[in-house]
Amino acid sequence: MPKGVLYDSTMCVGCRLCEKACAEHHDLPYNDDIAKEEKLSAHKLTAVTTHGDKFMRRFCMNCLSPTCVSVCPVAALRKSESGPVTYDASRCMGCRYCMFACPYQVPTYQWDSRLPVVKKCDMCADRVAAGKPTACAEACPTGATKFGDRDDLIAEARQRLATAATGQYYQKIYGLEEVGGTSMLLLAAEPFEELGVKVDLPHEPMPVLTWGVLSEIPSIVSIFGVLLGGVWWISHRKEEVAAAERAEREKKS
Amino acid sequence: MIPLRNRANVSFWKLLAMLIAVAGAYATYIRIAHGLGGATNLNDQFPWGLWIGFDILCGVGLAAGGFTLAAAVHIFNIERYKPILRPAILTAFLGYLLVVLALMFDLGLPYRVWHPLVMWNPHSVMFEVGWCVTLYTTVLALEFVPVVFEQFRWTKALKAMRVILIPLVSLGVILSTLHQSSLGSLYLIVPEKLYALWYTPLLPVMFFVSAICAGLAMTIFESWQSSKAFGKHLELPLLSSIGRILAVALSVYLMMRFLDLWNRDALRLLLVRRSETYLFLLEFVLFLVPMLLLYRRRILNNPVALYGCAVLVLFGFVTNRLNVSVTGMEAASGVSYLPKWTEVAVTLAIVALGFTIFGLACKYLPIFGPETVVEGHGTPAPVPSEGD
Repeated sequence: MPKGVLYDSTMCVGCRLCEKACAEHHDLPYNDDIAKEEKLSAHKLTAVTTHGDKFMRRFCMNCLSPTCVSVCPVAALRKSESGPVTYDASRCMGCRYCMFACPYQVPTYQWDSRLPVVKKCDMCADRVAAGKPTACAEACPTGATKFGDRDDLIAEARQRLATAATGQYYQKIYGLEEVGGTSMLLLAAEPFEELGVKVDLPHEPMPVLTWGVLSEIPSIVSIFGVLLGGVWWISHRKEEVAAAERAEREKKS
Repeated sequence: MIPLRNRANVSFWKLLAMLIAVAGAYATYIRIAHGLGGATNLNDQFPWGLWIGFDILCGVGLAAGGFTLAAAVHIFNIERYKPILRPAILTAFLGYLLVVLALMFDLGLPYRVWHPLVMWNPHSVMFEVGWCVTLYTTVLALEFVPVVFEQFRWTKALKAMRVILIPLVSLGVILSTLHQSSLGSLYLIVPEKLYALWYTPLLPVMFFVSAICAGLAMTIFESWQSSKAFGKHLELPLLSSIGRILAVALSVYLMMRFLDLWNRDALRLLLVRRSETYLFLLEFVLFLVPMLLLYRRRILNNPVALYGCAVLVLFGFVTNRLNVSVTGMEAASGVSYLPKWTEVAVTLAIVALGFTIFGLACKYLPIFGPETVVEGHGTPAPVPSEGD
């Protein structure tokens, strides 16, 4: 069963224990200054952002059809069966196409390193493989971040939306359909754009856009090969004919 | 020998080239010692900058004269373009080598540049780009190497090359078509990031057609430059006919762009007052003006005007690639990007290197066939026959 994470903004108190647990699990530094940085970076794979008295979490959405996985020329990024989108630094050559293409601007780079690699939330792939929840979900004291089977989480989110008092929730589960669906699901009281979440995304998976062209390459090569050969045959036939005619004229005269 | 009247000019360019070389060397040191963060203004929001937008996108596009002329001469059998084929192949070969060099600066881990050749992901446009660069650079090396054989009179090697010439040229045309268009396909994955004046599902086709325009303009440009630098006879009737083809290619391109904007209902964006609109208009004018001029016989037969038109097209092309890669990407990224001096220095150094190697190659290798040399012991340039 594919796993997922449900983040419910209405239950979040902004304690940032998720950030701390994430940093610890990924061997990254964490202190008060880093806690104040409300954006993703090579040393901060998840960030709690403040919007008035509301909070939102930023992390890799671990898309079901990830753009980054499709664009990586060396297959350093992969989508695992259980949900996490993982990154193998030993394959990466640093073209940064994943960063360029990610609809959520999630992958970050070690800009100041001489031998930089990409950094991003990997949904704690090693923990998930060992049957454990993500570090952030385990650390969350209020249950705002919850780990589980994606289908169960969707059912639970639907229930929360259905049974809640009017105005408690904005009636949408973010991540059900965005770019073909994401492993991470979001709930909030406000429209998501007010919490800094990108909402203008298509519902089709992004990789379809480039695959439409890439899948035509064999046809393009075949057709062009035949076409060029044909043009060459026609254009040089003219010479053959001219030579034959010349020979005939010489014979006559 | 350099004609006397050009002496002062040459020393100015030499001085400039030296300055650029020093700046480029220092910038290279910064790139190696302090990484991409120290050498560029790139960041997590804006990971691709001048090196991708100019060095790679424009470098490849400006090399398009190579496959266009190779196809014209060897596939379409238009013999009279032969005298300018070699400089076009040299430009393309150099262009690709410099693109690879620029890639060494831009890649985070340049020593792994070969990874896509063994670690496959056929779903990635970048994978296609990597293979195209590798294969087409090889093809260009093979297309260029007869010039070296000729210089050393290795007739056997020359004969062997003649056997594989047609398959090689065909392969080059196919690879170029794929590569030019794939650079546009790179941007197909960002429909919600690239500004709607430039984002279109037709990006690969647009990149291909505009690269042909740039390649033709580059052919005129380099013929004019070499005739100045080496005192060679300018093949005006030949270049005029290329000017005509360029006019048609530009017309096709602009018509496609217009229809595309029309069909996507994006023309109304031209009424919005923002920098994207102005830079789009600049790009459009830089294509439209030379297109209109090139339809006039007077312009076609005037070498300076022809050269001016070619330069306008080249500027238009560069503007287009920078618009796609920088202008059109800024708004969605949430940051504004201006290259750091080190990025500019590296770019200028690579361009200067290109000019220098091109000049050296023309000096020591039979790039302009002996029949095109007017001074010295060659025969005068042949008059191209009409009605080919």
